[in-house]
Amino acid sequence: MNDINTVHPLDMSAARLSIRKPQVRYDKQGELADAERVAIAMKSFTKDFNRATAAYMESCIHCGQCAEACHFYVTTRDPKYTPIWKLEPFKQTYKREAGPFAWLYRALNLKREVTVGELEEWQELLFDSCTMCGRCTMICPMGIDIAALVGLARHGMFQAGLVPHELWAVAERAGREGSPLGATAKVLKERIAWLADDYDVEIPLDHERADILITLSSIEIMKYPQSIVAVAKILNHLGASWTIRSDGYEATNFGMLSGNVQWQRDMSMKMIEAAIACGAKTLILPECGHAYGALRWQGANVYGKPLPFKVLHISEFLAENTRNGRLRLKKLNKSITFHDPCQVSRRGGATAAPREVLRALGGELREMESTGDMNWCCGGGGGVVTIHRADDLRHRAFAIKIKQIDDTGAELLTTSCSNCRQTFDDGQAHFKWDKTMHSLLELVADQLEAPAGAQR
Amino acid sequence: MSLLEFARGPALWLSLAVLFSGSAWRIAGIFLLKSKPDFSEPRSTRLMAGAWRAIAGRMIPRKEFRETEKIGTINAYFYHIGLAIIVFGFLPHIYFVKRLTGISWPALPAPVVYFAVALTFVSLIIMLMERLTDPVLRLLSNFDDYSSWFVTFLPLVTGMIVINHPFPPGVAPELPLDPLPLAVHLLSVELLFIWLPFGKLSHAFLVFISRGITGAACARKGAAT
Repeated sequence: MNDINTVHPLDMSAARLSIRKPQVRYDKQGELADAERVAIAMKSFTKDFNRATAAYMESCIHCGQCAEACHFYVTTRDPKYTPIWKLEPFKQTYKREAGPFAWLYRALNLKREVTVGELEEWQELLFDSCTMCGRCTMICPMGIDIAALVGLARHGMFQAGLVPHELWAVAERAGREGSPLGATAKVLKERIAWLADDYDVEIPLDHERADILITLSSIEIMKYPQSIVAVAKILNHLGASWTIRSDGYEATNFGMLSGNVQWQRDMSMKMIEAAIACGAKTLILPECGHAYGALRWQGANVYGKPLPFKVLHISEFLAENTRNGRLRLKKLNKSITFHDPCQVSRRGGATAAPREVLRALGGELREMESTGDMNWCCGGGGGVVTIHRADDLRHRAFAIKIKQIDDTGAELLTTSCSNCRQTFDDGQAHFKWDKTMHSLLELVADQLEAPAGAQR
Repeated sequence: MSLLEFARGPALWLSLAVLFSGSAWRIAGIFLLKSKPDFSEPRSTRLMAGAWRAIAGRMIPRKEFRETEKIGTINAYFYHIGLAIIVFGFLPHIYFVKRLTGISWPALPAPVVYFAVALTFVSLIIMLMERLTDPVLRLLSNFDDYSSWFVTFLPLVTGMIVINHPFPPGVAPELPLDPLPLAVHLLSVELLFIWLPFGKLSHAFLVFISRGITGAACARKGAAT
């Protein structure tokens, strides 16, 4: 046997010829020494241990039930994708550094220090194979919020410079330019001018005062600009006082997804300050799942006190206005299925809102088998869609969605998350699937009764 | 001092001291850590209701998971209910508690308890087999899992040896004719008491804390638990 075959033994029994244990591939940022990376990660992990995380860390009974809730485990059957296993270095650090028996674990070395090798190995588990969709949280008999813990563990990984490079790069770009996809204020202004002109719709930009501040996702700005037209049509139809502000429009928060607390704070504060500057009573978040989690549930904590305005997801805003009868819609004679963005429905508590809107549209809603709070994630959340090396894994997970949707036999697919939508577009192309995902917002805009009531 | 006197005396008190102080220390370790204030506008302020809903609701898996988790879940019901019947329903155990605390309650008929013993015995064996063979459980398992299984299984086995052991006729069963099996049984229970606060068996009380925290957080968001 030659050297290569000893180092990389061939798996002769596999369906296709391959090496038995492919080399673990991971990315590193910065020039830190290994010991330094470990020390930084452990310090950051320890900083995030609070009452809730401690309760969760203490409570795991190693029942493994979370595996069956995870799309990455279910479609690969690889035990390493068991959600709680993804937290092993985080748990190990807790037991050794912060738990009630930490002194005992350290004295007897019952829990050894996390190594850089482990952190490198866990990069794939904490980033590539977790969308933080929280389905595992729903199955855990101990009620452990595994998704929240993964979010915290990512903080330490970022500090240690151990983030998948694509995710790090888009987050860094967001920090530097204000948008992860290059949707800078200049680009936004150009887009809005173009859209207003092309679609003959008024899109207020940088108004000094407005009741409603509309925020956008960079995916919408760059990939689905019709969403901006749709939101304008709807708000104009309602006769609302609204604006988009070039100093606080970007709702996507790659700081949060990559684990950089400062960048997360910076992104949130831009929107918060813009809303305060224009005296907005309501800030509306775009069709973006994690943007909802970042601002609706974490925004006030970043701000350090309650926000002086209401934060709504666009689907909640639409539901509110169909409920009060202000949004008048033409009936849609089609069967529709709805894909729940995990961060809005399961993790955000706004599961009912899109269904209320779909009822107002009058179409036949065909729910998927596991839906609403128990929906299967599209596989692209949590920044996973940016990580190219995770494509194969993500496509496997997406196969669940294809089956779920095909089983409904619905004519129309809708969602209220542009990140889910681009994951669906990618999955559609990869699998040569005959279904296209649509935006709930755009669907509503298309069904507005004409003429619009109180045009501005 | 005979072995039984040791098991009923110093060993019992020592193990109970470790059980209660260790458990209190473990709970304190959680509650002494900081809890960040949440300034987000709550969708509901009925957080305690949410906590209790999670504590009670998580006893039954959601319908979406019932098929995939069937064996593990049903088996867990068997050994939890079985152990509860044995610990709280068996007359000698009630005598034991009465001797310590003065509190007693009616016992279950012996055949019911014996059935529970058989059920729990088989169920715990299945649990171990599953842990040793299931790839996910094997990956997750560590010393705590096997030691916790052992200290739970041991009192069951030593207790089975004591069942139907002859007692002097006509009096309350203070001392069996052969005290050794009872002493061993007591010592095995005391081993469980000593291990409980340190390992995963402490889920007996931690379950209320972790489920409660998640339940309250979900209630705040208006999300399902």
